[in-house]
Amino acid sequence: MLLIACPHCGNRPETEFRCGGQAHIARPEAPSAQSDEAWAEYLFVRKNPRGVHAERWCHVHGCGRWFNALRDTVSDRFIEIYPMGAQPISELQSEARA
Amino acid sequence: MAQPFRLSRGGRIDRSRPIVFEFNGKPIHGYQGDTVASALIANGIHHVGRSFKYHRPRGILSHGPDEPSALLSVDRGPGRVDPNNRASVVEARSGLRTHSQNHWPSLEYDIGAVNDLLSPVFVAGFYYKTFMWPRKFWDKVYEPFIRAAAGLGKAPTQADPDRYANRHAHCDVLIVGAGPAGLAAALAAAKTGKRVILADEGPEPGGSLLHDPNAEIDGRPAASWLEETLADLDGRENVILLSRTTAFGYYNHNHVALAERVTDHLPTASGQAPRERLWQVRAGEVVLAGGAHERPLVFADNDRPGILLAESVRVFLNRYGVAPGRTLVFATSGASAYTAALEAKQAGLAVTIVDLRLEADCGPEVARLRQAGCEVLTGHTVVGSKGRKRVTGLIVAPVGSDGRCGGRRVLPCDAVGMSGGWTPAVHLFSQSRGKLRYDDRLDAFVPNISAQSERSAGASKGTYDLADCLAEGFAAGAAAAGSDERRTFSATPTLTGFQPVRVMPTDDDPKKVRAFIDFQNDVTAKDIKLAVREGFQSIEHVKRYTTTGMATDQGKTSNMNALGIVAGQLDKPLPAVGTTTFRPPYTPVTFGALVGPARHALFDPIRTTPIHGWAQSHGATFENVALWRRAWYFPKPGEDLHAAVARECKAVREHVGIFDASTLGKIEVVGPDAAEFMNRMYVNPWAKLANGRCRYGLMLKEDGYILDDGVVARVSDTCFHVTTTTGGAARVLAHMEDYLQTEWPDLQVFLTSTTEQWAVIALQGPKARQVIEPLVEGIDLSPQAFPHMAMRTGTICGVPTRLFRVSFTGELGFEINVPTDHALAVWEAIFAAGQPHGITPYGTETMHVLRAEKGYIIVGQETDGTVTPDDVGLAGMIAKTKTDFVGKRSLARPDVIATTGRKQLIGLITEDPKTVLDEGAQIVADPNQPIPMRMLGHVTSSYWSPNCNRSIALALVADGRSLMGRTLHITTPDGFTRATVSEPVFFDTTGERVNA
Repeated sequence: MLLIACPHCGNRPETEFRCGGQAHIARPEAPSAQSDEAWAEYLFVRKNPRGVHAERWCHVHGCGRWFNALRDTVSDRFIEIYPMGAQPISELQSEARA
Repeated sequence: MAQPFRLSRGGRIDRSRPIVFEFNGKPIHGYQGDTVASALIANGIHHVGRSFKYHRPRGILSHGPDEPSALLSVDRGPGRVDPNNRASVVEARSGLRTHSQNHWPSLEYDIGAVNDLLSPVFVAGFYYKTFMWPRKFWDKVYEPFIRAAAGLGKAPTQADPDRYANRHAHCDVLIVGAGPAGLAAALAAAKTGKRVILADEGPEPGGSLLHDPNAEIDGRPAASWLEETLADLDGRENVILLSRTTAFGYYNHNHVALAERVTDHLPTASGQAPRERLWQVRAGEVVLAGGAHERPLVFADNDRPGILLAESVRVFLNRYGVAPGRTLVFATSGASAYTAALEAKQAGLAVTIVDLRLEADCGPEVARLRQAGCEVLTGHTVVGSKGRKRVTGLIVAPVGSDGRCGGRRVLPCDAVGMSGGWTPAVHLFSQSRGKLRYDDRLDAFVPNISAQSERSAGASKGTYDLADCLAEGFAAGAAAAGSDERRTFSATPTLTGFQPVRVMPTDDDPKKVRAFIDFQNDVTAKDIKLAVREGFQSIEHVKRYTTTGMATDQGKTSNMNALGIVAGQLDKPLPAVGTTTFRPPYTPVTFGALVGPARHALFDPIRTTPIHGWAQSHGATFENVALWRRAWYFPKPGEDLHAAVARECKAVREHVGIFDASTLGKIEVVGPDAAEFMNRMYVNPWAKLANGRCRYGLMLKEDGYILDDGVVARVSDTCFHVTTTTGGAARVLAHMEDYLQTEWPDLQVFLTSTTEQWAVIALQGPKARQVIEPLVEGIDLSPQAFPHMAMRTGTICGVPTRLFRVSFTGELGFEINVPTDHALAVWEAIFAAGQPHGITPYGTETMHVLRAEKGYIIVGQETDGTVTPDDVGLAGMIAKTKTDFVGKRSLARPDVIATTGRKQLIGLITEDPKTVLDEGAQIVADPNQPIPMRMLGHVTSSYWSPNCNRSIALALVADGRSLMGRTLHITTPDGFTRATVSEPVFFDTTGERVNA
């Protein structure tokens, strides 16, 4: 079970959290102006990387707040946890290339 | 009682406390401290099971958790029967009843043993090759046959009466294994004051020290050192010492699962203690000191009962005071077996040693054994064994450096101790996703690169010498606790080193030799070779094709021999073949331990409303809706569901009914931007909704499909009282929070779940107003002042209320929101006031029928995540002027705006009014069309309607609204039935009754 550092509550077990999938997919300012292709991309197309992934997490069974995290999908190590709306400091490069 | 193979002295058993248990119905005598295996051997019993595939007689191979063959069913009383217990780890105690497995009619005479004669047929991949044709045999012949043959042991048939506990723990240092390395690690870590947990699977800590009576540590007997060390650890507040506790799973971020067996070894359980306890430990650092497993030698008929691992012979002699036989042969390719042989000789047994190594490759151990009076045959191989249910002799032959065998010789014996070297137990390390490295010198995979905060020490890292284990363990424990302290220990040197061997050289035709690699799964060396010849090159594929290393073995005894043979066949170095993946659990774990207390009422929380007790005492039958228990219907004496619902439905339409709607989800949306937020979340317009008015809200996901619905009241300019479906409450709140926090953090809105704060009493029917009129204060209930879809605040029975005039029945109705604590009192007052008006309590079934009569949808019943507002005829709810709301863009998707083909909500009027369609039944236009037919849609809701005096049904049908009046055909269990397409409203089609 992963140990996740909620920025508001500290380390808590994975079962208290919900993963909200890929981060940094902003809802378009004017959805009606989007082409069908662009809208379909926004709705359905997601990355599935082997390595570092920027994800949204919510501490649903705790403070209920959303935050972003960089997690390496190979090692399951959390590299960085940062607020909604911010960008990570770490580079999006896998540490498990070997 | 006679225990003919019990030595006159020695061992850690308590000879003053005799015990007796049953094996296959016969009494077996032993002593406190025995395992089932040691007591059986004390009584001369080695043959304790039949093998999985060939039903060959099998004995006790090992003394520990790696035992592959001696699997027993253990019966501790009614409901307490567990199959597949390894006799070597079950602590013997009075009252146990044990049984051997996998034979019929008995262990001695087993019909299945015919499989052994058919062994040329049962080769690797037998099932894949045999059960292919003909196709029609799959279900009726092959599957029942395979099911009957599959599986070991019999699953218990009764519910488990025992209690199991679950405990979460945190520590700075978790040490797995309390052998020399683990104990030294604990000493070092404990000194730092850090919180330490030391877990060991055995009944007493000590590991190899428990069967090493001649060893000395720091100048005193190992037993004294052990006692002092345990006393030291025991006296420290910061150390938790767990025995009978197996670390079976190593998960992410140093989360390690331990299974503690609390009471199985006690003759009478206290009734207070749980049977087992699951520890979920989150450790800062982990030290793995789980030891190593000895490898069997692979030679023809190496599976005879009486053939054990050499170190296990040592354990039985020294720890349990039991001789596996009187005339022993030790067959080995390394030095460690000589220690066992010497101790057997000292115990007065006849001992011969057969060593594959050439004399020149051996150490001083050979001379020591010869000096002790033992015959030592170096440069000899084992080519077979004699006997059937018990070994009677070992067939050996000299073998030169060229691998040629000389003349055979039979060494008569009644027990054999074999040793093919050692394999570090890297299971937990591998589970932690650490990377292994092949060590040529050790002929083994050892821990290399850690993936988590852990380190290995001792034999589990390939360090076998006692003094080295102690020093390495101490250093590991210190480092794990953040200290760099080191120390050395003086200890009796350990005989180590072996010559790796995969299959013992033989002059027999290798195609005919049946030399077992995996005793549990009956996999022979030639099975592995066959798999490679047939093209399986990946070790993971070989494992699955041959089943080697599966079940409880998990590669403990079999792994290295199997890997070595595959590498040899492929002509690749061993590390290039790699190893199979080690998966939890390390040893079998009971379901009880994993389930813990989560049974019965604790399996899933049950939510009840404040009216629950009243409903119970008024005879309600309940149904589960999400976690809620809801009153389903209120049968009177003699009534079934049908009769009760018919009566309740009539009562609501003719008089008045009372219904507990407290489970409705409720969310308070508050803040200066509340209306803007509602505008963005729902399809409906909210800005102009007046205070005190309600609107039916429809919520979509971004993909344009309906997520939830519910009535929303505007309490004030900045406050909305939102209701959701019972099952959707948490989902809707999470959906709202997600958008509020992550897309529009600029909006000033608070969301608060009020589901459990407001209880809701629905009062529905033409007499509803009359019933509450005398109870309500501060609200003008007249139709002019308080119209349909309005909300007023005031008091009822003196309790503050948000009184909604809304209807999910199509009748004049109120939904009375009151604080939960007052709900029962208000409910009872209303019920009393309603008596003159024929008030009738009704349940969810009647609620469903009444809403279906009106064609009101239920999200999740008329919708399934692919349904748009227009599909269910609710396009009119969508605000025309809003430029955006969640899901709006998707309503312009090409597939959503398609003019034909979308499934639309319609009503179905069956030709026979008494026919009630099945919900979920498929609908076609022509029942005579060829199969596969074109499905038009399906029935979503179907009931007998007492108020229409006929059946009614709602359905989603492709282009349904253009099919009004057409006849469609609906599947039934017997074929098809006919129905006419209608508008999805069956009662009061003009909708006047709600305005009464």
